[in-house]
Amino acid sequence: MLPARGAGPAGEAREELSGGGACVESTFGGFAPAQPGAAAAMIHSLFLINASGDIFLEKHWKSVVSRSVCDYFFEAQERASEAENVPPVIPTPHHYLLSVYRHKIFFVAVIQSEVPPLFVIEFLHRVVDTFQDYFGVCSEVIIKDNVVVVYEVLEEMLDNGFPLATESNILKELIKPPTILRTVVNTITGSTNVGDQLPTGQLSVVPWRRTGVKYTNNEAYFDVIEEIDAIIDKSGSTITAEIQGVIDACVKLTGMPDLTLSFMNPRLLDDVSFHPCVRFKRWESERILSFIPPDGNFRLLSYHVSAQNLVAIPVYVKHNISFRDGSSLGRFEITVGPKQTMGKTVEGVMVTSQMPKSVLNMTLTPSQGTHVFDPVTKLLSWDVGKINPQKLPSLKGSVSLQAGTSKPDENPTINLQFKIQQLAISGLKVNRLDMYGEKYKPFKGIKYMTKAGKFQVRT
Amino acid sequence: GLPSVAFHLCGSSQDLNEDLKQMLESSKDSAKLDAMKRIVGMIAKGKNASELFPAVVKNVASKNIEIKKLVYVYLMRYAEEQQDLALLSISTFQRALKDPNQLIRASALRVLSSIRVPIIVPIMMLAIKEASSDLSPYVRKNAAHAIQKLYSLDPDQKEMLIEVIEKLLKDRSTLVAGSVVMAFEEVCPDRIDLIHKNYRKLCNLLVDVEEWGQVVIIHMLTRYARTQFVSPWKVMVDEYSENNFYESDEEQKEKDQKLKTTYTMDPDHRLLLRNTKPLLQSRNAAVVMAVAQLYWHLAPKSEAGIVSKSLVRLLRSNREVQYIVLQNIATMSIQRKGMFEPYLKSFYVRSTDPTMIKTLKLEILTNLANEANISTLLREFQTYVKSQDKQFAAATIQAIGRCATNITEVTDTCLNGLVCLLSNRDEIVVAESVVVIKKLLQTQPAHHGEIIKHMAKLLDNITVPVARASILWLIGEYCERVPKIAPDVLRKTAKSFTNEDDLVKLQILNLGAKLYLTNSKQTKLLTQYVLNLGKYDQSYDIRDRTRFIRQLIVPNEKSGALSKYAKKIFLAQKPAPLLESPFKDRDHFQLGTLSHTLNSRATGYLELSDWPEVAPDPSVRNVDVAKEWTGILGKPKKEKPTEKFYSESEEEEDESASTSSSGKCLESTAFSLPGKLCLQNCLVHK
Repeated sequence: MLPARGAGPAGEAREELSGGGACVESTFGGFAPAQPGAAAAMIHSLFLINASGDIFLEKHWKSVVSRSVCDYFFEAQERASEAENVPPVIPTPHHYLLSVYRHKIFFVAVIQSEVPPLFVIEFLHRVVDTFQDYFGVCSEVIIKDNVVVVYEVLEEMLDNGFPLATESNILKELIKPPTILRTVVNTITGSTNVGDQLPTGQLSVVPWRRTGVKYTNNEAYFDVIEEIDAIIDKSGSTITAEIQGVIDACVKLTGMPDLTLSFMNPRLLDDVSFHPCVRFKRWESERILSFIPPDGNFRLLSYHVSAQNLVAIPVYVKHNISFRDGSSLGRFEITVGPKQTMGKTVEGVMVTSQMPKSVLNMTLTPSQGTHVFDPVTKLLSWDVGKINPQKLPSLKGSVSLQAGTSKPDENPTINLQFKIQQLAISGLKVNRLDMYGEKYKPFKGIKYMTKAGKFQVRT
Repeated sequence: GLPSVAFHLCGSSQDLNEDLKQMLESSKDSAKLDAMKRIVGMIAKGKNASELFPAVVKNVASKNIEIKKLVYVYLMRYAEEQQDLALLSISTFQRALKDPNQLIRASALRVLSSIRVPIIVPIMMLAIKEASSDLSPYVRKNAAHAIQKLYSLDPDQKEMLIEVIEKLLKDRSTLVAGSVVMAFEEVCPDRIDLIHKNYRKLCNLLVDVEEWGQVVIIHMLTRYARTQFVSPWKVMVDEYSENNFYESDEEQKEKDQKLKTTYTMDPDHRLLLRNTKPLLQSRNAAVVMAVAQLYWHLAPKSEAGIVSKSLVRLLRSNREVQYIVLQNIATMSIQRKGMFEPYLKSFYVRSTDPTMIKTLKLEILTNLANEANISTLLREFQTYVKSQDKQFAAATIQAIGRCATNITEVTDTCLNGLVCLLSNRDEIVVAESVVVIKKLLQTQPAHHGEIIKHMAKLLDNITVPVARASILWLIGEYCERVPKIAPDVLRKTAKSFTNEDDLVKLQILNLGAKLYLTNSKQTKLLTQYVLNLGKYDQSYDIRDRTRFIRQLIVPNEKSGALSKYAKKIFLAQKPAPLLESPFKDRDHFQLGTLSHTLNSRATGYLELSDWPEVAPDPSVRNVDVAKEWTGILGKPKKEKPTEKFYSESEEEEDESASTSSSGKCLESTAFSLPGKLCLQNCLVHK
């Protein structure tokens, strides 16, 4: 085992749990660590770093950590060819840097001692989600423009490095998100973003729901969205295919409604994960989702459809991509067609493919839609649109290769995106939605959609 | 101090600061707010705003809630540097600590404890003590947070803080539980005696604690359980475990059988497993991982499998989550293949995965390979080898090598596949194949003369040093199998010696030595030539090795007794290298920890202890309330019957494990736990 890195006496003073429970006296009673708190707290500091390596925001929840600690991060960034290959956990002599990369921004948390890495990573993602929820988009510009709100939100999300309020319902009660109107009013009247009523949500038994919600139109919408992850081999047979689904909700209901949602065929759901509002026990015993919803948008449920069920593959790709040795020209031809679509239209079809490095250019003609080949990144993308079963979309032409190089080993993989409205490909169906606890009659809506997740065709 | 800071600021920013000061002193809130916003903007960018401290601190008592908040933000950032001035703000917080509104009390405590000024330690201590008996659980939660802050400011307060922790651990509020356990972990993780009485309560509250608190509690309870319960694993050896340690040892086996009949899981151990299981359905990846590691470290081996599905679900998440989860699965899949075999295809690599994710998936696929799935896997690997990502292609070749050594049925198939790769156009692929083939041939060199010949031919074209070195070593090692080619290879490489990489030079020397010993007639001169080149090489290593070899193989009057054995030394049968997973044995670190991810001990890592041979007294977890109750009935419960009852309900549980409703769980707990407590439990659950 390696010695503890940079362990101060505070770290060493830790003992193993001893058996029995007889150890009442701490062995290190009068021993003051040289560096108090060296082993304390979870998230020490946060740095936001943009694509060009500028630190554009820093926030410290304890003593200030010099931004030079990010040099270790920059080194790792340099070593990794692409942003997504920067390791999420980087040890440095005195700290650990845990980061997530989203919206072209690195969110780098500085940690000083042992902590479950997923704890920090999950929290960082929650921070990004919160920003997105507050500002609609999460980008460097938006963050810089709203730096005060960002700071106030971060202040509420962590106390001494430990998560405090991470529910957006609560946060919005504490700090109102900026709207154009409010910004104008604020500038004129000097009023504030900070909620002037004291937030009570944190105190309630349903900490995810703010209190005193009122709407004139009471509505509850549920979107059942399924994604198909698949790898299709050269000959068109399925190597692996899975369905992952979510139910996203937008609930605007007055008061404290208590909802139940049941399915016609709950057995399809092989593995589920819930928003904290869902009562585990009710699901375990009756396969019914019973919950007091948060106000606004939230993800109620994510699920996985059991692997035993055969997954219907709604599209197929016919491809003929060939490079020949000694020739600087290759052939490229793909056709996309509908397969098992349950009579629905496949739309929003988009084909992308990463070409080998030796491809110089592509001269292609699509039967519909538009296509682009970027000679720098070698990425081909073809925005197909809707598939008309009578006239299948195709993209044909030639590929010019760098002269003198041998033919590429691998034919490129084709990535597919598509959408099918009003269909949950697994066949999952919501049976009914009931509301208790409130007297009014809400408007209820359910929508189904199927999308391609990570859908790849090997050629 | 101030002047030096001011010195660093250039003229314009000084003007700016003057502006801000004036705004802060203005009578209008809007001006003050504007100033504070700009100051917070400066802090966010990492610019120094400490010079404004006196002007800012005056506004700490502002009626405007946003100004106040921003002042707090400022205070927490700079109080440490401006301790004297910071003291000016203390009385405001002290007043707020007595406010009738719980939220104001809580926020006052929060800010007060975040001001890292040693002189206020006594004030903080007092405030924490009072807050810990506040009627509002929210204030008590903040008190728990404040404990850690005070501890890091002044570790001498430890003993007093432990008293507060002890008190807060008894708290029944779900709001407080996570925070106080966090404080416990920071301040006194060795005081498990404080946990005993609260153990059952924590288990029962767990489902309703907020998600971050759940993670902390689960990790703490994992460590606790490993000190208090006996291992549930030993008994499983016969039935479930894949490694049959005791198979040869009959006596041991008998002993195990005996153990098996006597082992019953402590009901408290079962309680923990049962109450954490539903959390596998959490949306929070950290919670799911925490439960998974708890089952890994605490559950009977036959039950650990229930976490697989949830872990596989997490693979749909962001790349960072995938990275950590895959690492943990890699460790698990080495020891217990069965857990993840059904999910084999979930680990198939997509061309769009980042390289680090690809290599981790490959690692897991390799771990999961067995006789039944190997042909499917090898077909899948064929696709990977052709990947445009060459680093990944190389890793795949290593993986094929590992499969080939682990599964003897496919050794030849793999070897042939690798030989085909030798004609690949990519040098990295060829080089990696050479290295792996070398390792494979060592395991069964008997009938592979052809392959060695094939590789000897490659030497003309291949330039990657490791690959060249590997080929030379092979030819040297098995020179008697390729008697015609070996001397010729030596001839060629002697020619290129001076231009070779050090690694290759060493192998040329080796080759020369081995040939000299087996076929000195043809190679004596060549070897001497090479040794002469080595003698004057620039590298110490090579000069050293040359001297060593010469002494050993060329007989002269000075050469010692060893020369006689030179052939034995050089051409001894060498054990084949073991192709092992880098994740082997990584589970000596608790899964899900930073140390596990880094594969080295992180600062502050708390070791997971081994199971005790004999369980410590389980009655320490009985709660006083219960004692009173039994006391009243005049029927003091004995330890044994309780245990028996538990174990029975235990078995029932297991039989109906898949269908067991929550109500049933509750019932069994209810019966086994003395009355009053169980009533409370039921209430908590509802």
